[in-house]
Amino acid sequence: MNWGIIAENLGLYVQGAKLTLLLAFASLAISFCLAVPLAFLRNSRIAALRYAVLGYTLVFRGTPLLVQLFLIYFGLAQFELVRESVIWPWLSSPLVCVLIAFVLNSTAYSTEIFAGGLRHIPIGEIEAARAFGMSAFAQARRILIPAMLTRSLPLYGNEMIMMLHATSLASTVTLLETTGVARMITLNYYIQFEPYVTAAAIYLAMTFVLVSAFQLVQWRWAGYLENRIG
Amino acid sequence: MTGVVAEFATTILAAGATTLLLGLASLLLATVLGLAAAFAKLSRSRALRHTAALYTFIVRGIPDLVVMLLVYYSVPALLNQAIDALGWDMRIEFSPIAAGIAALGLIFGAYMTETFKTALQNIPKGQIEAAVAYGLTRRRMFTRIILPHLVRLALPGFTNNWLVLAKATALVSLIGLQDVMFRAKGAAEATGMPFTFYLIAAGFYLSVTILSLAALTLIARRFEMGLRELAP
Repeated sequence: MNWGIIAENLGLYVQGAKLTLLLAFASLAISFCLAVPLAFLRNSRIAALRYAVLGYTLVFRGTPLLVQLFLIYFGLAQFELVRESVIWPWLSSPLVCVLIAFVLNSTAYSTEIFAGGLRHIPIGEIEAARAFGMSAFAQARRILIPAMLTRSLPLYGNEMIMMLHATSLASTVTLLETTGVARMITLNYYIQFEPYVTAAAIYLAMTFVLVSAFQLVQWRWAGYLENRIG
Repeated sequence: MTGVVAEFATTILAAGATTLLLGLASLLLATVLGLAAAFAKLSRSRALRHTAALYTFIVRGIPDLVVMLLVYYSVPALLNQAIDALGWDMRIEFSPIAAGIAALGLIFGAYMTETFKTALQNIPKGQIEAAVAYGLTRRRMFTRIILPHLVRLALPGFTNNWLVLAKATALVSLIGLQDVMFRAKGAAEATGMPFTFYLIAAGFYLSVTILSLAALTLIARRFEMGLRELAP
């Protein structure tokens, strides 16, 4: 066993874990802001808007994230227009491409989760808001969005964990997050057991913390939905 | 130009057979593992319950890619160290397809466990009591009563797991299996047209998703035949 090598490179794993968390939370924060309005459009009365959002979520939920990432990181270079544009320095950076892919993917899943939550709000709550004379904006801010988010919590918790795990794909486009660090150490030292086991343990710990935190959040904010009869 | 694209597109789509074989074999393994672990989780034996809980906790806490790398690289490395220690003269190495099936089966077995466990818990108790009252043997009770209910109740979760699994097969290209994704990468590098060929791969996975959704809706309708519904 070569655990000494892992101990020597613990600093790299710390850096990698930091990047993993950064990628996961940056993608989740941006996609959250995009998914809330999209969830409303997904349930819009205008059919064209509804189907446009459905088309987007279907494509991004129906294809592997790996393909989406490769389309953005490797694929866009195919077009001269993109290569000569001012945004090319951004688009040729793996970090930016990874974030774009993760945000597009996570927004698609989150939109469907929130749109489902929106559809399941009891009609009485919306009628009560109207009876109080709330404007459409006040209704959304005070009734619809809070009710939608609390109802979506369990599924959104799963999506957060999926995103945390999906960040491991960033290692395929040269980023040194937790999995990338493990791959680099296997290549540098010709050991194949310890680096991956260490990476797995790091992810397991992160998942455990995230799940526990989420249970607390759910108990605090969505507790009123539980213990109901019928 | 279009001739080259068509030629590479054919080789990419031909690898669809490998992707589907990998997906279906993993699905089979995942179903078997999931059923076994679901029964273990509901079993009276504490040891079985804890083993199943540990399995789902670990597998669901690690990214798919890392599980795959563990199965493909770390497990053989560990076995070879043990073999060296014993002084035997042999080396263990997994083929990408075997490692892929094992890894995906292991991962999705954990997700299936939760699906099957919830489904088993939701079978109406009266059904099982009626089966006992009729004096059915345990085996008959399983095939005639529990299984049909299980299929109906587990189908939505099962469908979901299959859709995620079908997309996760793309990861096996990273350990060298010549599937759709691997061939798309090859074509992209050979022609300098990565967008075109990754888009073809994306189209393949999207059509698998859409066809599976359609097929499983039909199957669900078949198994919900005996269910009464309120008039709309």
